[in-house]
Amino acid sequence: MTTATATMATAEERSRIRWADFAPFIALGVIVLLGALINSNFTSSANLMNVITRSAFIAIIAVGATFVISSGGLDLSVGSMMAFVTGIMIMTMNGLAPTYGSWAIVMGGGVALVVGALCGLFNGLIITVGRIEPFIVTLGTMGIFRAFITFMTDGGSLPIDRSLREAYRPVYFGNFLGIPYPVLITLVVVLLGAFILYRTKYGRRLVSSGSNSEVARFSGVNVGGVRTIAYVIQGMCVAVAAICYVPRLGAATPTTGQLWELQVITAVVIGGTLLRGGKGRIWGSVAGALILEVIANVMVLSDMVSEYLVAAVQGAIIIIAMLAHRFTRNR
Amino acid sequence: MSALCDIDGASAPQAVAMQTAGLGKAYGPITVLSDVALDIVAGEVHAIIGENGAGKSTLMKLLSGHVQPTTGRIFIDGKPVEFADAVQAEAAGIVLVHQEILLAPDLTVAQNLYLGRELTRGWMVDDRAMNRRTAELLVQVGSVVHPEDRVGDLPLAQRQLVQIARALLNEHKVVILDEPTAVLANDEVEALLEIVRNLCNHGVAVLYISHRLEEVEALADRITVLRDGRMIGTWPAAGLTQRQMAELMVGRELDMLYPPKREADHGQTLLEVVDLEVENGSWSASFSVRAGEVLGIGGMIGAGRTELIEGLMGLRASSAASVTVNGQKITERSVRTLMGAGLVYLTEDRKGKGLLLEEELAPNLALQAMDTISPGVVLNRRGEIAALKQAVSDYDIRVRSLTLEAGQLSGGNQQKLLLAKVMMTDPSIVIIDEPTRGIDIGNKSQIYDFIDKMVRAGKACIVISSEMQELVGLADRVLVMRNGRIVAELNGDDIKEKTVIYAATSGRKMTTGEEGHDHSDRNDGDR
Repeated sequence: MTTATATMATAEERSRIRWADFAPFIALGVIVLLGALINSNFTSSANLMNVITRSAFIAIIAVGATFVISSGGLDLSVGSMMAFVTGIMIMTMNGLAPTYGSWAIVMGGGVALVVGALCGLFNGLIITVGRIEPFIVTLGTMGIFRAFITFMTDGGSLPIDRSLREAYRPVYFGNFLGIPYPVLITLVVVLLGAFILYRTKYGRRLVSSGSNSEVARFSGVNVGGVRTIAYVIQGMCVAVAAICYVPRLGAATPTTGQLWELQVITAVVIGGTLLRGGKGRIWGSVAGALILEVIANVMVLSDMVSEYLVAAVQGAIIIIAMLAHRFTRNR
Repeated sequence: MSALCDIDGASAPQAVAMQTAGLGKAYGPITVLSDVALDIVAGEVHAIIGENGAGKSTLMKLLSGHVQPTTGRIFIDGKPVEFADAVQAEAAGIVLVHQEILLAPDLTVAQNLYLGRELTRGWMVDDRAMNRRTAELLVQVGSVVHPEDRVGDLPLAQRQLVQIARALLNEHKVVILDEPTAVLANDEVEALLEIVRNLCNHGVAVLYISHRLEEVEALADRITVLRDGRMIGTWPAAGLTQRQMAELMVGRELDMLYPPKREADHGQTLLEVVDLEVENGSWSASFSVRAGEVLGIGGMIGAGRTELIEGLMGLRASSAASVTVNGQKITERSVRTLMGAGLVYLTEDRKGKGLLLEEELAPNLALQAMDTISPGVVLNRRGEIAALKQAVSDYDIRVRSLTLEAGQLSGGNQQKLLLAKVMMTDPSIVIIDEPTRGIDIGNKSQIYDFIDKMVRAGKACIVISSEMQELVGLADRVLVMRNGRIVAELNGDDIKEKTVIYAATSGRKMTTGEEGHDHSDRNDGDR
């Protein structure tokens, strides 16, 4: 009889979980629909492409954040890290440009990936080997990276060398068969991320560590190693975002990537990933990133609400999403 | 042995404190409990027994207002009552002490006791008064802790006593104890039974739920048996033996609970541990186990048994002169390297350290043997499902659907899943910590059979158990630990409940002279 009860409950539970999984995509659909009703310009393909392209940075970083958060961690340093990586990359490119010409861009990108990975490794090792709360560690490195970029730009702007602009520009502004490169890059990162998280042994071990680190440890999973790698993945995602970002504005400044960590965490959480770990939703995170960007765009187009309030609306969304989550779970 | 609170003694006629008629509970179309007609007399200990899933917990929740009945009524002092929640039930004099510890670990004992009903003096909480009253209650329940101790720092058994003290804060007519001894060691159990007797001497009715039939036999005045959501009947405890109770619970004659002992013809040594020292756990322990042998490790809770093994597995800081697994010297001990050499450990804490309760069955089963099932980088999901189907049939894991989450299984099925999980790695030595904690008698017997089968197949098994009967029934050899040391090794016919307890409490082996006239211990009832 108890078994019967359990099974019944499961059937219910299951359909509810499915709904929760779809929730971010449904929300995205609803917001797009609202946008279309409010302003017909919203649905123009130029505007939509623009919105999707701009959401690429947050989406790419959010893929990494999905790894970190589902492993039971948190990374507040991504915004500052992104600015720091951008700075290092521009300096490398500018330094190499006279000798190597356009190849400096490729080399700079490579350096960015390495620096991003090292930044992630630094976060990861302090957290796992030093056994310090991820919140505290990444709060610290957030300040460190931010100070570095301010120092590197001398409080002003660090522009990319003129000779490289033309060659680098297409990485953000160009397209392949009508699809902008940043969108393609995002797609590759997301597919790769989804494959690693859902299809590989590493992904399974990561989610186990986030779900219950003791169970993972007792089952022979190297929890510290698994978590450290998650931060390295996060760092590399940040580097990829930086590579896409530089041609957009052509410079690094002390405010580059400021408060991005909040947008990233918001995107991941409204995408359905549990903040306490154990459940990662890569595609949900992408939907989350799109939701944030679409809302900002609709507000700019609508004139009904000042665009200065965009952050307030985005902030409200994370709270509403969590309340909706709580409500559907307790019913 | 029983009837400590004499219900039909010379004292004043006893009033029925609580009564139910036709009490039942259904969730949608599924009835989990029906037609319970119970009467509970003031001053008695009324035991409720039944297998897991028989409806005991539901009944307790109905009586204590945590769940509302769909049929039937509850009467207190002859008057019908309805409880909207546990607070109303408590106001009516009925309190449930949960099986799980529900205390805030960062608050002090006194703060926990008075949580939600703090004593105040004007606008301020009156800590002094609360601490004073708490100290009195703690003495009453035989607890040694201080009112200002942080609950998180206390051992489990003391937390359980704090929880009981909390239930005694107000005067109650009926106190419901749900498996109160599940986490207690033997001497603590004795103390608890004494508290229960004390309570009923003061006219309180105690509803006592326990898996341990020897406690029920020692304590209860009357026994009500539940099976498959129905009430089978109520009997005076004096008329029932433990065996009869067990048979009423399962509804059939009991087969032999323990498999017959194997010939003492063991193979080569599979595991040899020399001078293992575990931080805060053991002092220089050496032991070995051979193929075809079940080695028992006995002792009281807190004797360092689990710590010893967790240290061996590299899960705690430890050092050893040498550890040899299957003839292979192990230099760096970790779950992974030992698993590779053929040694696995099945934890006592299946919910906290064994299974991912929110994950489905297949990922749980495959977590430890992942490299065997998926040799490459990519997961072999089809292989995992095939392994799950195999495990479900091999270990008789009762599931309606393979996509359940592990947390939705009953305790017995979780334990079988956990056993299947470690066996997936094809070990030659299996260490099982509390193999049957909190599971019903049918599953117990199956687990014993699995252990017997693996040992007959030439594996070695180490069983840590707080149930002396289990060690007596299963083990070919028993090591007894006390205060982090192995104090005795018992072989063959020397393994008796009495000798194990003696060594566990005194720290030395019972000599032949001390044994005296002993003929009742070898657990004949179940064999």
